[in-house]
Amino acid sequence: MKNTALKGLLLALPLILKSAAGKYPSVKEKIRQGGNRVVQIGLKNGSVVRHLVFGAGGIASKPGRHPSPDVTIIFKDAATALAMMKPGADRSVIIDAAKNFKVVVKGKDKWISWFMQLMGLVETAPWKYGMPSPDGTIRYTTNSNGGPLFVYVRNGKILRVTPITLEDDDAASWSIQARGRKFTPLRKATVSPHALSIKSSVYSEKRLLYPMKRVDFDPNGERNTQNRGKSGYVRISWDEALDIVAGEISRMKTQYGPGAITIFHPAHHQWGNIGYWLSALLRFGNFIGFTRMGFSPVSWEGWYWGAAHHFGNSLRLGLPGFYGTVEDCLKEAEQIVFWSSDPESTGGLYAAFEATQRRMWAKELGIDFIHIDPHLNNTAQFFGGKWIPIRPGTDPALAIAIMHEWIVNGLYDKKYVAERTNGFEEWRDYVLGVNDGIPKTPEWQEAETGVPAKDVRSLATQWGSKKTYLAAGGLGAGWGGACRSATGSQWARCMILMMAMQGWGKPGVNFGNLQFAAPLDHHFYFPGYTEGGISGELTWSASSINNYCRMPHVLTMNPVKQVLPRQRLPEAILDGKCTWHAWDGSSLEAQFAPVEYPMKGYSPIHMLYRYGSSSLGTMPHSARLIEAYRHPSLEFIVNQSIFMEGEAQFADVILPACTFLERWDIGEWANCGGFLQHNQDQLNHRIFVLQHKCIEPLGESKSDYQIFMDVLERLGTGFMFSEGCSELAWCKRIFDSSDLPKKISWKEFLKKGYYVLPPEEETARDPVDMRWFAEGRSKDVPEMNPLPAGYAEEFGKGLQTQSGKIEFVSKTLARAEPDNPERPALNRYIPQWEGPNIKEIASRFPLQLLSAHPSFTFHTYGDEEDSFLSGIQDHRIEVGGFHYRVIRVSPDDAKTRGIGQHDLVRVFNDRGAVLFAADVSPLIAPGVTKAYTSCAQFDLVSTPKGPVDRGGCINLLTPGRTLEKGTEGIAPNSCMVELEKWEPALMEAAQ
Amino acid sequence: MKKWALIIDVAKCVNCNNCVVSCRDEHVDNDFLPYAAAQPRKGHSWIDMHRKIRGNGPMVDVSYMPVMCNHCDNAPCMKFAGDGSIYKRPDGIVIMDPIRTKGRQDIVRSCPYKAISWNEERQVPQIWIFDAHLIDQKWKQPRCVQSCPTEAMQAILVDDVELKRLVAAESLEVRKPELGTRPRVFYRNMNRFTKCFIGGNIVAAHSGGQENVNGAVVRVLSGRTQVAEAITDAFGDFKIDGLDRDSGTYTVEAQHNLYGTANAAVSLGSSSYLGSLVLT
Repeated sequence: MKNTALKGLLLALPLILKSAAGKYPSVKEKIRQGGNRVVQIGLKNGSVVRHLVFGAGGIASKPGRHPSPDVTIIFKDAATALAMMKPGADRSVIIDAAKNFKVVVKGKDKWISWFMQLMGLVETAPWKYGMPSPDGTIRYTTNSNGGPLFVYVRNGKILRVTPITLEDDDAASWSIQARGRKFTPLRKATVSPHALSIKSSVYSEKRLLYPMKRVDFDPNGERNTQNRGKSGYVRISWDEALDIVAGEISRMKTQYGPGAITIFHPAHHQWGNIGYWLSALLRFGNFIGFTRMGFSPVSWEGWYWGAAHHFGNSLRLGLPGFYGTVEDCLKEAEQIVFWSSDPESTGGLYAAFEATQRRMWAKELGIDFIHIDPHLNNTAQFFGGKWIPIRPGTDPALAIAIMHEWIVNGLYDKKYVAERTNGFEEWRDYVLGVNDGIPKTPEWQEAETGVPAKDVRSLATQWGSKKTYLAAGGLGAGWGGACRSATGSQWARCMILMMAMQGWGKPGVNFGNLQFAAPLDHHFYFPGYTEGGISGELTWSASSINNYCRMPHVLTMNPVKQVLPRQRLPEAILDGKCTWHAWDGSSLEAQFAPVEYPMKGYSPIHMLYRYGSSSLGTMPHSARLIEAYRHPSLEFIVNQSIFMEGEAQFADVILPACTFLERWDIGEWANCGGFLQHNQDQLNHRIFVLQHKCIEPLGESKSDYQIFMDVLERLGTGFMFSEGCSELAWCKRIFDSSDLPKKISWKEFLKKGYYVLPPEEETARDPVDMRWFAEGRSKDVPEMNPLPAGYAEEFGKGLQTQSGKIEFVSKTLARAEPDNPERPALNRYIPQWEGPNIKEIASRFPLQLLSAHPSFTFHTYGDEEDSFLSGIQDHRIEVGGFHYRVIRVSPDDAKTRGIGQHDLVRVFNDRGAVLFAADVSPLIAPGVTKAYTSCAQFDLVSTPKGPVDRGGCINLLTPGRTLEKGTEGIAPNSCMVELEKWEPALMEAAQ
Repeated sequence: MKKWALIIDVAKCVNCNNCVVSCRDEHVDNDFLPYAAAQPRKGHSWIDMHRKIRGNGPMVDVSYMPVMCNHCDNAPCMKFAGDGSIYKRPDGIVIMDPIRTKGRQDIVRSCPYKAISWNEERQVPQIWIFDAHLIDQKWKQPRCVQSCPTEAMQAILVDDVELKRLVAAESLEVRKPELGTRPRVFYRNMNRFTKCFIGGNIVAAHSGGQENVNGAVVRVLSGRTQVAEAITDAFGDFKIDGLDRDSGTYTVEAQHNLYGTANAAVSLGSSSYLGSLVLT
């Protein structure tokens, strides 16, 4: 019976295909691309066998075997065949059949993939998407690192992008009642300037539009690795480029064995669940086997390596949680201390200006703002309040002196300290100087920090007597320049101890700056990017928690266990080895064991698959990379990049990737999954977006997914990689795996492009973070943190620390590193290893350099020189026809150096030299200079004064040293430089 | 007849430059004839951002102000062009006809606000057109207003009577009112650009050092006339705002019942932070 049905289906297949080809040009084109092919389909026992013949004469279904089919598909039985081949087949059936060899496919990967994609296209081709407008434009939707957007397209070209303004039929917004006022957020999704300028990125002169090969690179002869970054490129065909890349992958494995290939990628990517590096790239990597790039939580250094050891939250990178704190802060708090906290610069993380209006409400309610920062940063500029400038890297001294004042004046919560913490006496004795004879008074700190002792007393009194929210870092808890310095760990640890002294979790006393914790629905499932997307990677993504259970797909696994840390790539190449500490949030202890590269049994790396080009702009002491990239042991560098920027110029072969507006994807705004669980709490509305393929890829560029598939096709695994799916088909699979189908149909979602989730009911909102702890109850906020085994006593009782309490003296550090002088269990103040205190450095390079997360770009995204963002006075200023990045200089420091507003300056130290345009103003403290990190352009010019980068890669100058021994934390804000006026004539004399 | 006007609140501008960027996004590579030719890719800001920093040393404030074509009711550019190639629509929006103004680089200098750009490639003078092309397609607001995350900008369609009422009720100001150009772009809290402050820190001696004095009364006098009074905050700081630039010499008198008095004289050019004054 089933055999008959299968025969019927195979007989009808040509008709189905011909009918689809008649209606849909994409199907017709796909059939044409196949040319003359024979696809044979049958049962394992031979009871049914037919073959489809594609060719000039059309498509025919013929009985029996063909002598040399291009593709052979053999099913275990007719039932499996019918279940798999029916339209809209159940994916779990298909995956089950694939995993258990109930279906076997033979032939050249290229033709297997072609046939599978063709069958998939028959299903997706009829889908209509986008909203046509009367003026001939079609309105699509997309999602970016800076908010979701409408994308208006006319004649295949992007006309404009706009923020999404919510309509009446979108879900209602929440309200918060506080002090007699009712606050409701704006009915729109705010966006960052780097989102709004995306059109200029898509159509940038910096776009890579066809594959290229370095002119003096010959894979079969001289490779001239020493010329990387110097010699130019020649255009080549995709076939040549892909053949070289696939050939080198095979050569690495046969010549050196597993481990010789590494893939390095940026921390962030263009938004989505399909094209994200944690998705398609991990899947690709697992099909070739690669030395994985090891991460360090580089934006949260001091929290993960330091703060966590006093209170836990290792799964949150050592950051405190935030649930319920917007409502609590607005209702209860009397002041907010912003300490190295500039949420307005970065929009928190991915959240544009969603929280800005909440901070505006706080101002309206009369909540006082205090800002501790060497720079009157954007947040301090906008909201005002007391500005306390401080010397970079001395923040823990100020914190300890404040605690000194609390202790001597009794301005702390003694009951909380007695019941919820331990080790306080030892800490108190240190602060009072009982053993070292140095009381950590406001006068003691003044010599370090430059903050007048009288201001410390005022601050301590205010803080100790008012209900205070501590905004430690831009996110309210987390980030902050102060946590990315040599004392970053000390500072973050102090932040926890201060909150412990003030009754952390009590009404009005918590971490935060209203950036996080809008009262949203935390139950509705939609994957964030760390949940692995289509990767099938169950160990190195969070896929296994929800995604893998909900979306049947083939799991993948990397047989190479060797890992190379992101920060140590130069040492690994130049020295051939390195030791480091890996990030593993599952416990407080996982970070202590050193990791060795190379790993025993694996080959050192000889091939770099570089994905993007951001490292020169984002990695401390990135000048080290230049030598590494030219090293002969690195035999092959391929870069899959969108833009000709950063270190793309060091590649041997360049593969041009398209932007996210030129391919399909799907994602929830700001949802990054496990990196920061409920990161969407920064938003005022949860918004899910189908990221339409708005335009065709420019030039010959292709989506990352397509490039990976094309490479793997040459290695025989393309069809496994794709599972026969296009990116659009994967979007549908992600959609189906989420809770969205309960709320909106696929058809409607395709058309409208977004869905807004109603907020949590007012009576069902989640409780305030740490309130349970302050009140001695079981944990009641919606996060599985710590893991069940992470509780010392009963599940839900206490914190992740060994004692379950906040530990003034960390038992974890005492146990793991009793002899590490740089990270003692008792958090002593240890002056930074690069700063004004180190005379031999400061005498030559007297200015402290801050390099903060950028305000106008998202890391390097949006920093093309011809971007709409260029010319914005706080980003890039045009001088002599080139847009230079801006560096902030105080009037005193400018005057002594003869520097005027927007003069070009050479900023330098022993590590290198970079050109900037000076912004001279009293917004920056004397002795300090500040630039934004994450420059996309590296433009090294030889001048009579030596090489200078005019692109603006400030990280060429920052130290590569870890913040403390035993950690992998970066410390770019402990950096000394000098600056001098740059005469344009020197550039003219340059080569 | 209702006409368009734009109201910008300087105190609500967060310097995101979304207005600047949205204008570029709208016009770069896009011809919207007969409203405007495309904006060149580089070097043009039909909407621009001005910055005003006041004070020094840790008492500094800064404000940002988006500026653009004011769509003046008495527009100097229209008079200068003299041939109707620049015209005012019934809804108040000023348009520079990109065909009829071709070659007229001289028009650029007619604007006292420097709001006209010269498009070298197309040989036309250009301005921010209030997104008239979108308004005519029933858009409710121009791009800059839509892109503003803090509602610092508001586009309104009102008759002259209502506008006059709003200007008075909300103390709205325009740039360079003395020129009589009658702009249709209005500003709220423009005193953050135009006025000055005198600030300082009041301290008293304290065990070899100093301490900030909370609650000291600070009076600012011009001659014998008291101009303003303030009470110091928990950090001993006071800030008296709203003074005119170059408004002469002021006397600052601080007094606290426990700590005594202090005096200072200020010759006010621009905003001034006096540093610490010690009560004795």
